[in-house]
Amino acid sequence: MGEIVEIFLSASFWAAVIRIASPLIFATMGELICERAGVLNLGIEGIMVVGAFAGWMTVYSGGGLWTGVMVAMLAGMLFGLLHGTLTVPFGLSQHVVGLGITLLATASAYFAYRLALPRVTTPPRIEAFQPFPIPILSDIPLIGPALFAQTPLTYLAFVLVGVVSFVLFRTPLGLALRAAGENPAAVAAQGLSVTALRMGAVMVGSGLMAVGGAFLTMSAFNSFFFEMVNGRGWICIALVVFGAWMPGKALLGAVLFGVFDALQIRLQQTSIGADIPYQIFLMMPFVLSILALVIMSRRAAIPAALMVPFNKGER
Amino acid sequence: MTRKPLSLTRRTLLGTAAAGALIAAASLPQALDASEPLRVAGIYTVPVEQQWVSRIHLAAETAQARGDITYTFTENVSNTDYPRVMREYAEAGVQLIIGEVFGVEQEAREVAAEYPNVAFLMGSSFMHDDALPNFAVFDNYIHDAAYLTGLIAGAMTESANIGMVGGFPIPEVNRLMHAFMAGAREVNPEIRFQVAFIGSWFDPPRAKETAFGMIEAGADVMYAERFGVSDAAQERGVLAIGNVIDTQADYPDTVVASAIWHFEPTLDTAVAAVKAGEFVAANYGVYSYMIHGGSSLSPLGTFEGKVPAEIMELVAQRTQQILDGTFEVEINDDEPRSS
Repeated sequence: MGEIVEIFLSASFWAAVIRIASPLIFATMGELICERAGVLNLGIEGIMVVGAFAGWMTVYSGGGLWTGVMVAMLAGMLFGLLHGTLTVPFGLSQHVVGLGITLLATASAYFAYRLALPRVTTPPRIEAFQPFPIPILSDIPLIGPALFAQTPLTYLAFVLVGVVSFVLFRTPLGLALRAAGENPAAVAAQGLSVTALRMGAVMVGSGLMAVGGAFLTMSAFNSFFFEMVNGRGWICIALVVFGAWMPGKALLGAVLFGVFDALQIRLQQTSIGADIPYQIFLMMPFVLSILALVIMSRRAAIPAALMVPFNKGER
Repeated sequence: MTRKPLSLTRRTLLGTAAAGALIAAASLPQALDASEPLRVAGIYTVPVEQQWVSRIHLAAETAQARGDITYTFTENVSNTDYPRVMREYAEAGVQLIIGEVFGVEQEAREVAAEYPNVAFLMGSSFMHDDALPNFAVFDNYIHDAAYLTGLIAGAMTESANIGMVGGFPIPEVNRLMHAFMAGAREVNPEIRFQVAFIGSWFDPPRAKETAFGMIEAGADVMYAERFGVSDAAQERGVLAIGNVIDTQADYPDTVVASAIWHFEPTLDTAVAAVKAGEFVAANYGVYSYMIHGGSSLSPLGTFEGKVPAEIMELVAQRTQQILDGTFEVEINDDEPRSS
């Protein structure tokens, strides 16, 4: 037990937790915005791949890091536009469209990569975001190195949660967006366009997912690999449910997943890890997240019109 | 007008016989014109950037540049699609198909049986089967070089703590880890090894996080089986040992030495065999042995002079013994565990 306590008391452990959680926070916020407006976006996994590629490729071709983030966001929004067009005005199955977008986006990123770099034997690297310690705050023991000595993108992720929360619950736009996911007919009765609200939400949400992907190639690592998103998008869909469609709780979920993951990495090397197969440890974050999901989601209120297409004037 | 149904003239007889001989000749394995480039195709389940496949790809491109073969390849083929792509190349008249069938062992052999005139040289966890004479196997048996890097790592670790991050504990990963550990233990029997597998071939951020965890737990030399590990070592100012490819150019102050795989002897032997009409089921894995030039220890490069001289003498001595056949590095395919 002493070993576990020691792990929890080390600042580097908490720094790892936040690093692991950062891409999940972006993508979870993106998914949350989509679902709040009534659209389940299963394109998330593929859109993250596109973001990871677009951001990295921009920097590799000579663009700045923040330009890369913007390009990633725009690329994500483009796929969001496609997803939104098919699911909102056309009202097609959100499951089928979402999975289709994931396949299309992944394959497009792969295709573009091969066109741009036909003959490379090792993936080229870029100068990624470096940790930017915030003066004074980063000197606080334990919390300082964990929260205030991260890369700028991580700070942005935390700021984003506040912004999403504020917009959703403190602005007329947020009210309209949430209403589009709960009772679109009421929104239409107010003279607002459900289509525009949902399309906008899907596009902005997809843009954020892409930034989550870009975090992997521009902050967590410095080159692009095809399978590097490795299911993180699917985790984010679970995190939205875990967070009961609330940004703050979803953030908590992402951090909790980071805790489980960083913990299993370190537990493997303690005396406990010596006799347990490594697969059990790799499974741990997922199993614990599912357990947490079961407990947390019992009181969750699903947006009433989630996955329900809206046709104006239809009874 | 009447027509004799089966009139046998000399001309048709000769024609039929010639056509028959042609068909028979085409379906028999035979010596090919050695000056003609051999048609070779590669089928890979991962992009050609992946370390392991990049070595096969490089050897094939080299052989093509030399004029020995013409080479096409398909990358990122999922295992469910693999037999289909094999068939497409076999139907298209490719003479030698190279690739990796670790996830489709059975299906790949079934396809090979349907095309007895096409030679298959496949990375496989299993041995060749004489009943399937056109299907030979290989793997990266670079344990000799991995052992030599172990000797160096054993001398370079000050904390006597080495971290090892792998993808999955499959034989080709395990045997290199064991050979590396044997080398390090020979120099310092007290070394503690931290071993972890990340359950993915392509997740550098995850490999990096795992390496960070090990460095925090005291490792000062990292065995970089995956991309991402050397990056963690570089960021934390510890050392790394490379595997399969030489990455020192990217990490000049981090990667001390690497065990390098050369696929050229394996491929060139197979190409020569196909051209001579002598290709048979065999274990081409041996052509990755150091004795065949299939693996080597990278030059120390930026670490020249930084590794203790007596260790480099031991490395040179062991290299000579391996080449003489007087020293054999043990092949152990069991899953390595932390110690």
